[in-house]
Amino acid sequence: MSAKTLYDKLVDTHKVCDLPGGDILVYVDFHIMNEYTSPQAFSGLSTKGVPVWRPEAHLAVVDHVNGTRRREGPDEASKLLISNLEKNCSEHEIALYTLGDPRQGIEHVVVPEQGLVVPGMLIACGDSHTTTYGAYGALGFGIGTSEVEHLLASQTLRYKRLQSMLVQIDGPTAPGVTAKDIIMHVIRTVGAGAANGFAVEFAGSSIRSQDMAGRMTICNMAVELGARAALIAADEVTAQACLNKPHSGQFEFDVNGWQSDEGAVFAREVIIDGADIEPLVSWGTSPDQSLPVSAAIPTERDMATPAAKTALKRALNYMGLQEGQSLSEVKIDCAFIGSCTNSRIEDLRSAAKLLRGRNVAKNVLAIIVPGSSATRVQAEAEGLDQIFIEAGFEWRPESGCSMCLAMNDDVALDGERVASSTNRNFEGRQGRGARTHLMSPAMVAASAIAGKLADVRHYSEMEE
Amino acid sequence: MVNKVSGIAAALTQPNVDTDVIMPKRFLKTITRKGLADGAFADLRFDEDGKTRPEFILNQLQWQDASILVVGNNFGCGSSREHAVWGLMQLGIKAIIGTDFGGIFYDNARKNGLVLPIVDESVRNSLFVVAAEAEKAVFEIDVEHQIIRADAQDFVFEMDPATRQALLLGQDETLDTLKLSDQIQAFEQVHHGKIKVNVNK
Ligand code: SF4
Repeated sequence: MSAKTLYDKLVDTHKVCDLPGGDILVYVDFHIMNEYTSPQAFSGLSTKGVPVWRPEAHLAVVDHVNGTRRREGPDEASKLLISNLEKNCSEHEIALYTLGDPRQGIEHVVVPEQGLVVPGMLIACGDSHTTTYGAYGALGFGIGTSEVEHLLASQTLRYKRLQSMLVQIDGPTAPGVTAKDIIMHVIRTVGAGAANGFAVEFAGSSIRSQDMAGRMTICNMAVELGARAALIAADEVTAQACLNKPHSGQFEFDVNGWQSDEGAVFAREVIIDGADIEPLVSWGTSPDQSLPVSAAIPTERDMATPAAKTALKRALNYMGLQEGQSLSEVKIDCAFIGSCTNSRIEDLRSAAKLLRGRNVAKNVLAIIVPGSSATRVQAEAEGLDQIFIEAGFEWRPESGCSMCLAMNDDVALDGERVASSTNRNFEGRQGRGARTHLMSPAMVAASAIAGKLADVRHYSEMEE
Repeated sequence: MVNKVSGIAAALTQPNVDTDVIMPKRFLKTITRKGLADGAFADLRFDEDGKTRPEFILNQLQWQDASILVVGNNFGCGSSREHAVWGLMQLGIKAIIGTDFGGIFYDNARKNGLVLPIVDESVRNSLFVVAAEAEKAVFEIDVEHQIIRADAQDFVFEMDPATRQALLLGQDETLDTLKLSDQIQAFEQVHHGKIKVNVNK
């Protein structure tokens, strides 16, 4: 048998049959839904008079629109999305973690926490960051609402096989470099959209040495490369991460089956030296526009093509920045730690370590939203909440996406600049006219203290 | 069913136009597919006070009825929101010509009959130029033969066979797949011996 990539193994083991035109029908083991990309899928089912194929293979979570301050309920439109999901789930007997449930939280934080992902699974969700599950040697990918309907009805999807890309990163990384910096480095090196049509496998010692939270951060944000799927081979770290979770024991799995074979061929290979990676912040409106804080913003002269020049101008105009400006001078208005990229307990610990005994700069509104209710409880048990609160952060008692996409009341104002542990710096993402700078949670903490974009390495020396 | 699309083409040259820009979040709090035309490119079309931005191409007299867009690289990247496709179509857009698209956006377009012809960067750049001249900006797209006719020239485009077939046949994919129920059940029986998720357990 010829050598196979991990991606091909995952697709092959879930292939039901070939379809005319070259698509294949794949079987989906597990499907996760949220309140805003599922409503029209359920109405599609009822119009067509089709039942849900296998209700126990779906989980719905409320996370995108809910407020995260206690007692402050969502607005009317959001309430409708939530109650509509509750109604759909009860009608179709689908499990729902709604507000108030101790298991509720951001979908991609909740699923691993509950032990609902193991190597070898195929998972889909009406959300682009479903690539997160690749950290477990599982195939996860985002789908649209029409596909949600198709999946509810048939437990399958019509699927176009992707090409495989290998991103090999070896060597120890420098102090202060986190998983977030690794993936941001890959995106700035390869380019946003460079992996359109690809499944990306991350390999090499810099990846292997990451814990599960770090691996999830990397696979999560691979979608900003355009990757429809991201993968990391399963190993002992993966196996350990599947133990002692509420659903552990429900699934038998063998980590040994879920790696690319020796000699497997990738359509594209990218090699990165781990030593080249520095802590990064984004400066533009595309995730590939990032630099170390010590650097200066590019100038028109640095841009190779007229299109790149125009893109630079547009980004700087939106961001309120100048060509050649030094990033370390850029003042911030908000600091946000949260999102499915960086709101796990490990992320909270890394930010808290930096904040202990320090204060958020005056005039900076600093907010932290733990990724899930269970993460919050764990953090409170470790006393992290007190560290954040004493430093001047708002510690949110409820969990959700919050200012990652600002569908609730956590909206940055027009022109406000946010140091953010999220994944997208798109125009308007965190509020109309809001300016997002992506970075790791520790860098957000450092920037919150400094009141401007700051390098975590200037703080780590003072630790403990 | 979609075979031919013809109409005025507008060039939207910026790269990486993401689905947050195509359909801002404030239009997403809906449980239907309707009423999304206002949301499409809302922040490009209107300023904070709701006033029309004259510099935006679809606000200009010659292009306000455009049904075809020629776009920069990586159009439709970002979030999975199908609302982006629904809104564009409700705004009257029937086809978008580009070099590459966000993967989920591409699949969402197919499900809704929005045609996304893929061309080389050099062809796309020529089409930018043609679309920018109002008197030449009427394009015709032939899905079956994979040809764009613009400025009296034919440009061949790429489209994977399954997407092309889906557009030409316009079948309901959910109902179509359910005709394969026996095969799905047979697969499931074997597969469940290896992995079987039950969230309620
Ligand atoms: S945290 Fe942000 S990126 Fe993640 S699912 Fe929520 S909105 Fe999407």
